[in-house]
Amino acid sequence: MPLLEMSDIHAGYGGANILNGVSIAIEADEIGVIVGPNGAGKSTSLKALFGLLKVSEGAIVFDGETITNAVPETLVRKGLSFVPQEYNVFPTLSVEENLEMGAYVRRDSFRHLIDMVYGFFPPLKEKRRQPAGELSGGQRQMVAIGRALMSEPKLLLLDEPTAGLSPRYMGEIFERILAVNASGVGILMVEQNARQALGFAHRGFVLANGQNRFTGTGAELLADPEVAKSFLGGGD
Amino acid sequence: MPEAGLLSVLPINEFVFFINKVVIGGLIIGSVYALGAIGVTLILGILRFAHFPHGDMMTAGAFFALVCASLAPHVGDPFGLPSAFVLMPVAMAATAAMAVWLDKAFYAPLRRANVKPVVMVMSSVGVMLMLQGLIRLFAGTGTRQLDPGPKDIYRIPAGGRDLIVTQPQLLLFIFTAVAVVALHFFLTRSRMGKAMRAVADNAELARVSGISIDHVVRTTWIIAGALAAAGGTLLALDVTFKADLSFNIILPVFAAAIVGGVGHPYGAVVGGMLVGFTETLAVFNWSVLLRPLQPYLPEFVEIPSKIAFVPTEYKIVIPFFILIAVLIWRPTGIFKGRTN
Repeated sequence: MPLLEMSDIHAGYGGANILNGVSIAIEADEIGVIVGPNGAGKSTSLKALFGLLKVSEGAIVFDGETITNAVPETLVRKGLSFVPQEYNVFPTLSVEENLEMGAYVRRDSFRHLIDMVYGFFPPLKEKRRQPAGELSGGQRQMVAIGRALMSEPKLLLLDEPTAGLSPRYMGEIFERILAVNASGVGILMVEQNARQALGFAHRGFVLANGQNRFTGTGAELLADPEVAKSFLGGGD
Repeated sequence: MPEAGLLSVLPINEFVFFINKVVIGGLIIGSVYALGAIGVTLILGILRFAHFPHGDMMTAGAFFALVCASLAPHVGDPFGLPSAFVLMPVAMAATAAMAVWLDKAFYAPLRRANVKPVVMVMSSVGVMLMLQGLIRLFAGTGTRQLDPGPKDIYRIPAGGRDLIVTQPQLLLFIFTAVAVVALHFFLTRSRMGKAMRAVADNAELARVSGISIDHVVRTTWIIAGALAAAGGTLLALDVTFKADLSFNIILPVFAAAIVGGVGHPYGAVVGGMLVGFTETLAVFNWSVLLRPLQPYLPEFVEIPSKIAFVPTEYKIVIPFFILIAVLIWRPTGIFKGRTN
């Protein structure tokens, strides 16, 4: 049984639906990547999954339970974490306080998790007392992902984690995401750098106009001339 | 001997008078403003609207203390403290409960409907008018003494004239200092305090992190309500209780919150003191300090009997001047407040 199964999701912000039948399924420990043109509903799919907008049709099953339209607080407790694309740190809180907020739902000790996050993102350790708003874009992204890891999620949702980052940081963030995945955390991410992301994705979902256009393993999608032509900026 | 002559010329008397009027006076009113402004700034930062009934919440708190003190007038006797002060925690709890209830009844439904900020502000003006009516209904419009007995007065001799602090004033300083330190530790050390700062920083991300916004909102009202009640009670102990007691200080309280930097509790304290000191400095009669110089001035220079920047009746304009000055000089407030 897949860890996450979104079937035929229809959703929107109150007006016309943005998603008109999106289906996404990934197994535990996998990396799923959602790609597609602007306005295809990639970020909206993650938000619908995380209860940030109303799902009008379809069902979301996570870890054997139906979670359609559940609130974020419940979802975090069930093992989902979400990193928004923008405004994803608490700017006046220190790095360590940002991480503590990720563990807000836990009542047990989480010191070892902070150390685990510093293990994934060593630059954060020396900046742990600094307000997150003063960090560079790449380091802020590390804080954002670190915060989401503090609830020990089974599945981490990342909305364009490399948006606006320099190529150097982009590679670094991708590398850390792979390391997080290798530690047993499933990943579902939206990514603009489709070719690079599909290169390491176990599963790829190409969306257009709020619907699935192509679904397959990362390698299959990269090899598909149709996908390459329409969505990966020409074959090369 | 020239030295002795110079010393006798030094206006010690007048200087002590200055400390009594300006330093102590500024600290008193500044503390009251700070206690109100902390609540206003927390509500602005976390709930994102201007809570105009805050002055009336201060009055309501003082009224609860008045009721408690008249029900049990001798509770404070064993401690040598006013009963209204000893029973102040009851008034603080009652006001906190009232604040939570007001939020539930009037603001929470609007928040759920996702209304524009201006609707929240209008609703807060409505609640302010309602509270003013209710307070007048129950407390009347006259003045009442919160503590019927004479105030203990502490005199510290200082070269001829005494430094004078009354017991309520001393209680006010001590309470404000303790409250500010306690709030600091709460906001920087406790799980809920950090969550409050997180919501003020980025409410959407706080929700995404699994922080219960409802808990944070309730805690904010409890702190704001309790501190407002304390500020109102301590002010009423220093002067008297009147139904319009705190409506008159809502402007300085807002000025203090904005001057300090919206969303910054420490800024609210600094802003409160700044507004308080500026008010007392502005209405201070400077001729008292200048008069001793009269013999040394040429005859045609006469020191007028009253030199103040503004007459006492116009004290209310001072917060506006500070507000404008700070907003020109540093638009985000003394501490960097939020601008969005």
